[in-house]
Amino acid sequence: MNTNFEPKILGILCNWCSYTGADLAGISRIKYPANIKIVRVMCTGRVDPTFVLKAFQQGADGVLVSGCHPGDCHYVDGNVKAMRRAPLVTELLRQMGIEKERFKLVWVSASEGEKFAKIVEDMVADLKKLGPLAPGGGAEKNA
Amino acid sequence: MTERIGVYVCHCGHNIAAVGDVEKVAQYAGTLDNVVIARDYKYMCSDPGQELIKNDIQQLGLTRVVVAACSPRMHEPTFKGALERANLNGYLLEMANIREQCSWVTDNTQNATEKAKSLVRGAVRRVYYHRPIEERVVSVNKATLVVGGGIAGIQAALQIAEAGHKVYLVEREASIGGQMAKFDKTFPTMDCAACILTPKMVAVSQSPNIELLTYAEVAQVDGYVGNFTVTVRQKPRYIVEDLCTGCGDCTTACVLKNRIPDAFDEGLSKRSAAYISFPQAIPLKAVIDEKECLLLTKGKCSKNCVEACSREAIDFSQKETVRRIEVGSIILATGFELFDARKAPQYGYGIYDDVYTGIEFERLTNASGPTQGKILTKRGEEPKSVAILHCIGSRDENYQKYCSRVCCMSSVKFAHLVKEKTDAEVFEFYIDMRTFGKQYEEFYTRVQEEGVNFIRGKGAEVAKVDGQLVVRAEDTLLGAYREIPVDMVVLNTALVPRHDAEKVAQIFGISRSEDGFFLESHIKLDPVTTSTDGVHIAGCCQSPKDIPDTVAQGSAAAAQSLAVIATGKVKISPISAWSDPAVCAGCRICLGLCPFKAIGFNEEKKVAEINQAVCKGCGSCAAGCPSNAIVVSHFSNQQLLAEIEGVLA
Repeated sequence: MNTNFEPKILGILCNWCSYTGADLAGISRIKYPANIKIVRVMCTGRVDPTFVLKAFQQGADGVLVSGCHPGDCHYVDGNVKAMRRAPLVTELLRQMGIEKERFKLVWVSASEGEKFAKIVEDMVADLKKLGPLAPGGGAEKNA
Repeated sequence: MTERIGVYVCHCGHNIAAVGDVEKVAQYAGTLDNVVIARDYKYMCSDPGQELIKNDIQQLGLTRVVVAACSPRMHEPTFKGALERANLNGYLLEMANIREQCSWVTDNTQNATEKAKSLVRGAVRRVYYHRPIEERVVSVNKATLVVGGGIAGIQAALQIAEAGHKVYLVEREASIGGQMAKFDKTFPTMDCAACILTPKMVAVSQSPNIELLTYAEVAQVDGYVGNFTVTVRQKPRYIVEDLCTGCGDCTTACVLKNRIPDAFDEGLSKRSAAYISFPQAIPLKAVIDEKECLLLTKGKCSKNCVEACSREAIDFSQKETVRRIEVGSIILATGFELFDARKAPQYGYGIYDDVYTGIEFERLTNASGPTQGKILTKRGEEPKSVAILHCIGSRDENYQKYCSRVCCMSSVKFAHLVKEKTDAEVFEFYIDMRTFGKQYEEFYTRVQEEGVNFIRGKGAEVAKVDGQLVVRAEDTLLGAYREIPVDMVVLNTALVPRHDAEKVAQIFGISRSEDGFFLESHIKLDPVTTSTDGVHIAGCCQSPKDIPDTVAQGSAAAAQSLAVIATGKVKISPISAWSDPAVCAGCRICLGLCPFKAIGFNEEKKVAEINQAVCKGCGSCAAGCPSNAIVVSHFSNQQLLAEIEGVLA
């Protein structure tokens, strides 16, 4: 495996908790890998599975969706909707031969900057083990 | 139609420029499609920085702007303003967050520069699809809801009422006053707490602008800044408030007299089932404890209280009432709880007699407390020696990491009171002495001169040796282990978030910080506003603080609410969803997805219709729409997919 492999990660973060939590990581000057590029949505309930598929189509090696903890959603329960959609996304990816480890849904509150940094760090490490996205390449592992 | 995009990359002094190569980022931005100008500048948010953008819009005919700088949560309003001054709609702006989410979290210049380029690329592609949006302006309800009747809430309520506006003050307990009402004296001046608090409590009850709802809790909050609808549940007192004069005849007649631990006295005294919280209670009305009253729990009682009440104010048929209140803004002043000393059993609380918490000591030394203000041991004797332990549950990795701020000063106060009222020797065990406020250090010096023994070292254990209480600690100044026998121990416990802070945060749609207290918008510059517009916080629900700071925050929160009232109108987010009737297949999936019931179904046209006034723009419906009929303004599929493509390209 290419040891110089740097995975590309798309982060889709909700405005109220996780995006603010990611900002807090910055304000606290906590370092984490630059592999993640963050796109802001108002709520994880907005995350259309198409966004995740688009990311993989565009060469992402992993997609991280992060929202408020259950019960803390600014829009009542958008994060719960995201949670319900997640298994469908994973199943869709499986059918396309994309390993389930490449898609992650997590909860990060506005005060969890450290946690966010840790999640990114772990995800980068996991993806490095997994290697670059090879459509269909994950079929065996998912079987 | 092609767009003319300008890209502005900020150095933010060294904040961005020291890690990322901003010039390279700007140069790169200049090569992107539709970008007609790309510049870098030391401080984009400064006046000259904003002028730069404004002039380019006017002279180069820019139609879209990307600012690569700090988080949009910081300066998006600033740059929106710059666009608007150049007659360009503020929503034709996109920010690339190259500070909080790039230069501040990356330690390698190359990585930071490349990441910044990606983020700028995403922003440029996204902004191409931006559309102008008009802000929604709504009128403001001039009433304010204040939750919590401690000193923070009282201060806020009085200030708004004095400005001539309606306030609903909701208090969970039967009386306002909060924790401060339990205190004896207040540091550093040793003012009697009741003497300075009760006039304010009376002012609340007499203000024509304040409607006081005691024994009540907020169950639900709907709406948004300017127009909240609040559901309040009020528990039955079983006393008709208009008839009760607060004479107390029912409390003396109650068959359970002196049988029920009195929470106001921290359980150190007993009360009746019919009781008045404390002598200066506001409202000064009795209440019947439904968890204890024999008639209400067992259905059988001689009802002495009914007979004793000459006003016939007792009404056992009362039920919980639910009220809906319309307000424009909300102030949360729900206060704190004290750390349960039982969770640190090494200090012997709840195990040995004469080990008290700080708040219990307040009651012991209070003239209206269980001992009429005499400091006595359980056996009724004056102690010959008293130990006061700081930081019980504070500054401790095992419990709360933070400093509770007030315990050093209240411990010094306790020492002074013991010295004033008894001949006892006093030992104070502290980690560091934090006497930071106005006249605090002077008070500490005064108490040192009174002959109190200050031992620098955290109390490690309270034990009982041959029937004698002993405090064990390391004296870090002497470098010696010490065991000091005492007759009484006071544990000054940490201030902690209320047990239901999580639920309250959810009801009001606000966040909490890592320690569990309510989260302010900015720890330094915006300490009383929250992530939900129109919901403000004051006092110890935000973090532990002393009375002067609590009062200051109460006033600050009132000023925030008064600002909402004074403008009369507020801008609310114009981000909302719209369903294209030409595309909608009428499947109705979106109806069930909307948490605000903003989507209706037009039976005639067989399409979903979204009520813009109710929609909050979360976009759950758009994500679930199988026909892609729903467009969320400013967060459309087109815009988000372009950004995703851009950052990954």
